[in-house]
Amino acid sequence: MNITEDVPPALTALDRPNSYIGRSVPRPNLARLTQGRGQFVSDVVLPRMAHVAFVRSPHAHARIKAIRTEAAKNAPGIVAVVTGRELAEIITPWVGVLTHLKGIKSAPQYPLAVERACWQGEAVCAVVARTRALAEDAAELVEVDYEELPAVTDPETALDPGTPVIHPELGDNLTFERKLDVGEVDKAFAEADAVVETTFRFGRHTGVCLEPRAIVADWNPGEQRLTVYQATQAPHMMQNLFAKHLSLAEHQVRVVTKDVGGSFGIKVHTYADEMATVALSKLLRRPIKFVADRLESFVTDIHARDHRVHAKIAVKGDGTITAFAIDDLTGIGPYSVYPRTSGIEANQVVNLVGAPYACPNYRAQARVVFQNKNVMCQYRAVGHPIAVAVTEALVELAAAKIGMDPLEIRRRNLIPDDAYPATSAAGLKFELLSHHASLAHLDAMMDYSGLRAEQKRLRERGIYRGIGFASFVEVTNPSAAFYGVGGAKISSQDGATLRLDAQGAVICHTGVTEQGQGTEAVMAQVVATAVGVPIERVKVVTGDTDNTPYGGGTWASRAAGIGGEAAWQAGKALRANILAVAGSILQAAPKALDIRNGVVVDADSGRERIGLDEVARIAYFRPDTLPPGFQAELMATRHYVPRTWPFAFTNGIQASYVEVDPETGFVKLLRHWCVEDCGTVINPQLVDEQVRGGIVQGLGGALFEHCVYDSRGQLLNGNMADYLVPMAAEMPDIEVAHVVSPTADSELGAKGAGEAGTAGAPGAVINAVNDALRPLGATPITETPITPECVLRALGKV
Amino acid sequence: MSTAVEVTLMVNGERVSAAVEPRKTLVDFLREDLALTGSHVGCEHGVCGACTVRLDGAIVRGCLTLAVQCDGAVVETIEGVSDSGEIADLQQAFERRNALQCGYCTPGMLLTAAELLKSGEVPSREAIRAYLSGNYCRCTGYHAIVDAVEAVARARAGQVGVGEAQ
Repeated sequence: MNITEDVPPALTALDRPNSYIGRSVPRPNLARLTQGRGQFVSDVVLPRMAHVAFVRSPHAHARIKAIRTEAAKNAPGIVAVVTGRELAEIITPWVGVLTHLKGIKSAPQYPLAVERACWQGEAVCAVVARTRALAEDAAELVEVDYEELPAVTDPETALDPGTPVIHPELGDNLTFERKLDVGEVDKAFAEADAVVETTFRFGRHTGVCLEPRAIVADWNPGEQRLTVYQATQAPHMMQNLFAKHLSLAEHQVRVVTKDVGGSFGIKVHTYADEMATVALSKLLRRPIKFVADRLESFVTDIHARDHRVHAKIAVKGDGTITAFAIDDLTGIGPYSVYPRTSGIEANQVVNLVGAPYACPNYRAQARVVFQNKNVMCQYRAVGHPIAVAVTEALVELAAAKIGMDPLEIRRRNLIPDDAYPATSAAGLKFELLSHHASLAHLDAMMDYSGLRAEQKRLRERGIYRGIGFASFVEVTNPSAAFYGVGGAKISSQDGATLRLDAQGAVICHTGVTEQGQGTEAVMAQVVATAVGVPIERVKVVTGDTDNTPYGGGTWASRAAGIGGEAAWQAGKALRANILAVAGSILQAAPKALDIRNGVVVDADSGRERIGLDEVARIAYFRPDTLPPGFQAELMATRHYVPRTWPFAFTNGIQASYVEVDPETGFVKLLRHWCVEDCGTVINPQLVDEQVRGGIVQGLGGALFEHCVYDSRGQLLNGNMADYLVPMAAEMPDIEVAHVVSPTADSELGAKGAGEAGTAGAPGAVINAVNDALRPLGATPITETPITPECVLRALGKV
Repeated sequence: MSTAVEVTLMVNGERVSAAVEPRKTLVDFLREDLALTGSHVGCEHGVCGACTVRLDGAIVRGCLTLAVQCDGAVVETIEGVSDSGEIADLQQAFERRNALQCGYCTPGMLLTAAELLKSGEVPSREAIRAYLSGNYCRCTGYHAIVDAVEAVARARAGQVGVGEAQ
């Protein structure tokens, strides 16, 4: 195939003469990363810094009877050995609930287990030493007496009366429950021409960020200030939490986030060992560093998915979908994760099943139950992969049952492109989606009819290939409706501050953060366009609570849509301020002037009048030459939060082309396509790469990734040799295209794109595998990961 | 823990002598003792490839090689090959095609790709994927990395690919 075209398209969008919106400009910050000059938290070294290693529970559930630390305290290089009881005097526990998730409950969680360890891997004792290696040596000398307790490890029986209750004070093991019943579901099923009913199982998996979680906490008793270098997606949220639980004021806490080696929702939560690290710094009055190693990452980084969904669909003979019904059961860890809770994924599953379709009848039940396994929480595309796979597999199984082409059944049921605004059966409010345009684009892009012909030809030769699709709706640009209304101090608004420097360059401070998505490039493009300067003259600063506007950070596909709009508005404000100065210098009306390519020009003729370097020189160094009473303001701040729509829902469709070997059960991914609609595309290359990366994360969950637990709550494959992640050789080339339906909520019109790939890929692969196996009479596969064993089981061979 | 061992090796063209614990890995030695933090630690059990460095001209896992094994050896890291300009075209191709997001895998990925391209031949996309299959990237989905490596292979062979002529 051809290498992806990377010639920038013609200037588009937003009507600025030197617009960077819609252009694939390279990210300005890449050379330091290609040269190994990044600054990751794992690289940070401070004077007097010590390292912590944790003694972790080998049991899924155990009472801690005694901890003997004498031998460890005498080990070489040791600084301190601290138990949970001792640390609890420094830092308060937390409870992961939100008031808008009605009835959600959890128990207080401590940075180090105090009386009981509730999952294998929970930290029970901290060992601080001069180096990490010495800390690990001493940790081996800590003796913990455990009394093993029964472990709750099967969600199906977690609510049975005979099952032990993990937190007796909560009464049962139910974390959260939601029920929904819309329209006339029973009638629709009774009157259906065909019903498909099946059970889906989605394996637990995790983020496997290449840089493990890392934190350096530096309590300075002289300043009474805590500086935390942390690989996080949400510096201001963490500032609030560190302050709250260490009983400090927020202004006493600074969170600095430089380069982050992957996050994907993993690095946006409160982790007990990170809270322990900041508390240890306060206790020991010196910088403490914690970098999770890979083995502890597997048992402490949040896990996700792990859903069992009974589901059914009702269709008429003409393909009309008349009802969906689901019963979702998901087993989380022993605590709901703080502060975003572990109820959101199931809630999203309820919200998103059936969402692309104009189907008025929908019944859903979701139950979230505690287990003695590692904690579960929001990971990239929260709930989407499950809801999309359930919906899309049901749709294709129903199509097969009535003998209809899988694209045709979608054409007959997807919400029409001219029907917006629209509300889904679950109550989601859609401003503007483009399911049909996306489907038509995909159909042509993949040469669907040609592929079907190829598939047929190859089947005659005993080669089994399958084509599968997944339409999806994606949640992006969340307003306060996501967390703020539930009481979490997680900002939904974001800000940008722009300053014209003394040489006419623009410095942008933004509340959103960079973990590789290209935030800095997007902000620079928006600012360069709004102010009117070459992009090389924009410097973007992120990730420092002392120096950036208050904001939410980067998660739920909000950075470009929300942070970008704040930067756009700030850019317009700074341009107006600069033109006011230029107008007073030039004795011209500011309205008659514009800024293009870093030069103030006559707006009508484009004639160059004065460079921004000269405007800055006069404003900063010769303000005495400006008219009396005129004060230049070459700094501007603006904030933005979506107000009209609680979320900017987006949509798209993916297709997967696979070959299945019926002898071995191996699935080979041949090609993958995605057409998505994220509104205004600020940087096509960055959007495409977000989508591709997301797809591969979805493909990992579809085929390989699985945190396998035994009945005693032991993780059996917690290392990178046994837990399989997608590597280059197994992954296909991926074609991405866009339909553009901007949101009218902002001037920029950008929606998010970070979840789309992960949302749709598993559903498309399940459908493709089932399509390949259909002529062999296989039982439809409704579980992930689709292992070779799973394929052979479907074929009745094992 | 046992007694430190004296080693002398060339790292990025500089002679380095140090006393290292026998258990210390090469990547920890580079990062902690020499402050060469461009080589990254991802898994510490030889799977992810983030710690890839060159030892006597061939790439190795920095986490599976002990520093004491490197006495008398020549070690090159991302810092060295960046400063020498040896892989400048590959780095530029990665930047132009956004073949990295977080950048944590990138030093290892570049050193692996550089080794593949040493022969001067133009590998197929499948061959590129196979050669890079020991380097984990969670961000990109690999497609852009394969594009970048392919483009450099073609450019070095005198074939100008689409988008290379600008």
